[in-house]
Amino acid sequence: MRRYLPFVIIIAVAVATAIAGAWLYRAKMRTASTPSAAAAPASSPADQATDSESLHVRGAAIAPATLEIYGDFQCPPCAKATVVIESLAKDYGARLRVIFREFPLAMHEHALEAAMAAEAAGLQGHFWEMHDMLYKYQDVWSKASAPGRLFSAYAGSLGLDVERFNDDAKSDLAKARIMTEGEAGQARGVKNTPTIFVNGSEVHGFARDTLQSAIDAAIAAKKKG
Amino acid sequence: MPSRAKTSGKSDTRPATGRGRKIVDVVVALIALCGLADATVLTVMHLTGDDSLCGPSSGCSTVLSSVYASVGGIPTAAFGMVAYFAVFSAAVCSAFGYLKARSFLNCTIALMFVATLGFLYLQAFVLHAFCPFCLLSAALTFLLAGIAVATLSVR
Repeated sequence: MRRYLPFVIIIAVAVATAIAGAWLYRAKMRTASTPSAAAAPASSPADQATDSESLHVRGAAIAPATLEIYGDFQCPPCAKATVVIESLAKDYGARLRVIFREFPLAMHEHALEAAMAAEAAGLQGHFWEMHDMLYKYQDVWSKASAPGRLFSAYAGSLGLDVERFNDDAKSDLAKARIMTEGEAGQARGVKNTPTIFVNGSEVHGFARDTLQSAIDAAIAAKKKG
Repeated sequence: MPSRAKTSGKSDTRPATGRGRKIVDVVVALIALCGLADATVLTVMHLTGDDSLCGPSSGCSTVLSSVYASVGGIPTAAFGMVAYFAVFSAAVCSAFGYLKARSFLNCTIALMFVATLGFLYLQAFVLHAFCPFCLLSAALTFLLAGIAVATLSVR
């Protein structure tokens, strides 16, 4: 019996570790979805649901602050807000996660087409590259009568499969993604762009100081929580 | 079946089977158990994203959300769990007289020591943030390394 005792001890510790780890994991996950945790906006069940559905995320999943922007590619303030957000993302590094949500406004002639182009690029794993390009050249394609050709050129310069991109940019899948996010945004009270949330709380304005204060407060709340 | 030292007989006075060595093995196993618990908590914190156990002014969020917190999608802390479990297993086997476990134990501790130095460097000079659970793990590894070195020099 003594010969096997060390192995019995080792197996017992392995089993105990697995059970303790699984219990702790479940306890932590339960805490994250209880109503008390929902007092912190980022942990509310509604936000978790939308997070899981989000397709366009930059940054680590466990970053203490999550900034969501409902954007329209043809909206000039969105382009300005994006510059501020990119700068903040660089400064905060792993502490900030950025989520882009599609919200093309009907008042902008090419907004839906641009959103479809971004989704088509996303289907090839290059959403953010197209996102950056659309905002960078917003002045150019916004004035074009047929911006689709420009979008194809952007896709080509990003090294995408242009034929597939053109097909995807007209696909029901891309449209469905946009509509789903738009409807979810409307359900959260989004009416215009850019609308920004930090850890689930809406931030009014997109000045650097305003966003920075909101992010700092979110990080501090997360640490206290 | 691993080679096993004789545990009885007057002529067998090797440190491997000595009472002092057994006590050292038990101490090493207990330290490894603490490290295993610490690494398990870190792994769960990484997987759930809940770093509330770290306290309000810690750098856990920065450390656990950094690119160094996972390797190939696997949390770095999970490798720590494996390492501490290996140390625990080897120490238990060594305590029961399995001599080959001792060299495995020393090699594992040496690897952990090197990895710990790397993690401390990253926290201090790259991330500029320290996570208390990572520091506890570092302290335990240094303790294990110290015991290993002391035991080798005695032998």
